[in-house]
Amino acid sequence: MIWDAIIAPFAEFGFMRRALLGCVAISLGATPVGVFLMLRRMSLTGDAMAHAILPGAAIGYLVSGLSLGAMTIGGLVAGMAVALASGFVTRATALREDASLAAFYLISLALGVLIVSTRGSNVDLMHVLFGTVLALDNAALILLCSIASLSILGVAILFRPLVMECADPQFLRSVSGLSAVTHFTFLSLCVLNLVGGFHALGTLMAVGIMILPAAGARFFASSIAGLIGVAVLIAIGSSVTGLLLSYHFSLPSGPAIILVAGIAYVLALLFGPVGGLVTQAIPKSQVNP
Amino acid sequence: MTTALSFENLTLGYDRLPAVQRLETEIPQGSLTAVVGPNGAGKSTLLKGVIGTLTPLEGKIGFGEFCRDDIAYLPQQSDIDRGFPLTVVDLVSMGLWRQIGPFGRVRRAQRARVADAIAAVGLTGFEKRSIGSLSGGQMQRVLFARLLLQDAQLVLLDEPFNAVDTRTMADLLEIIARWHREGRTVLAVLHDFDSVRTHFPRTLMLAREMVAHGATEDVLTSENQFRARQMCEACASTPHVCGKDAA
Repeated sequence: MIWDAIIAPFAEFGFMRRALLGCVAISLGATPVGVFLMLRRMSLTGDAMAHAILPGAAIGYLVSGLSLGAMTIGGLVAGMAVALASGFVTRATALREDASLAAFYLISLALGVLIVSTRGSNVDLMHVLFGTVLALDNAALILLCSIASLSILGVAILFRPLVMECADPQFLRSVSGLSAVTHFTFLSLCVLNLVGGFHALGTLMAVGIMILPAAGARFFASSIAGLIGVAVLIAIGSSVTGLLLSYHFSLPSGPAIILVAGIAYVLALLFGPVGGLVTQAIPKSQVNP
Repeated sequence: MTTALSFENLTLGYDRLPAVQRLETEIPQGSLTAVVGPNGAGKSTLLKGVIGTLTPLEGKIGFGEFCRDDIAYLPQQSDIDRGFPLTVVDLVSMGLWRQIGPFGRVRRAQRARVADAIAAVGLTGFEKRSIGSLSGGQMQRVLFARLLLQDAQLVLLDEPFNAVDTRTMADLLEIIARWHREGRTVLAVLHDFDSVRTHFPRTLMLAREMVAHGATEDVLTSENQFRARQMCEACASTPHVCGKDAA
């Protein structure tokens, strides 16, 4: 029974094992970035960046069809262009970063949908928007694992300046010139993970595996290391469960994985030991009155 | 008298609008100076210029025998994200940045220094508490512990006594007095003129431009305070032509 429900799909089918490996790689690489996005109150920035990579991926598709390399490079260029342009506008004008980012990502998203719609079929659009986690080939897996390795290394190297940039940016600027470098390297890691994620989960869903586990982890841990650890576990658990639900009930895999992560978030919100709604409602026992 | 800081025709601002204009004065080495003035006078802006967060629109800041590595800066509490999951010991350890840099490990001797700094501000036992659970006064003590670890020759304090009780204020003033006795240069943005008169021998009064600078009893006169208010009110109505000309 347990074998049939949980183990057999992965044991018997190579595409399920590939999907699992891809999702685990995304969970390990993207989720720590998502934790810092959440802690920096930039969760919606992740969403904006996910939309921003669409025209680059679409142009890559137009040039080379469903080519991994062309779509990846296109997505990276578009994501970085939006990040740098919104950063420049924020520093050069009175417009705040959220407004300039929203402006650029909306332009980018509209451009992307236009390109895909006019030059491709609906199937192509669905591929870019929702990914093809069950059709990951060797090249895609190598790309996802490379991005995950680079991302983990990047977060490890940036960890201290990133913490300071989040908690006390004025102090970091007073002791080090690393503030701008940290900010843009972090945004680059964010774009890199979203570009990796969109091959498996699509541009719209990739940000889900970044943010939902991080938001859920907030109700289980109160240290940064704890948050990252719990978020990665939630992401991997959601990936396994989502893939199995997709296999047994013929559901689209990307949305199934993100929906499970969403359910994990709601459960954490209700029952999480660190500030969950039910936990807060239970009166604390009086000690030494 | 050696100069710790010199401001040469210094103009600092945001979006090309000046917040400090044509400042021309010197801060003596080893001095204990209060920076006072009405809201919007450019006090915090001046400190941000000294630490390098703001680049001068005009003029320059001279550092005497110091370099920027010799500066410790206490930001306003509102600049710090208290919801960030950091413990007291994490935040205080940031004061070791100049020794450990972005990648170095905190060694045993350095951990002992962190513990000493936390003890010096009376927070032993609070090491594992999250910064979000601290009161305003306890948080200010944590930030002073971080300053102690920085061991800098030039200490810049931006409203160090905001939202702290009298006991905490007395303890923090004792730390500042100790820095002064050790020959460090301290520049503190303050609003409470009584504590400035009691504890700070020198005062720099700003109203975007310098109103007065010198011995506290000579600077904190009612004429200077009136003039500073007038200059700031003029700035509020016509920010591009504010200053002495407008007053």
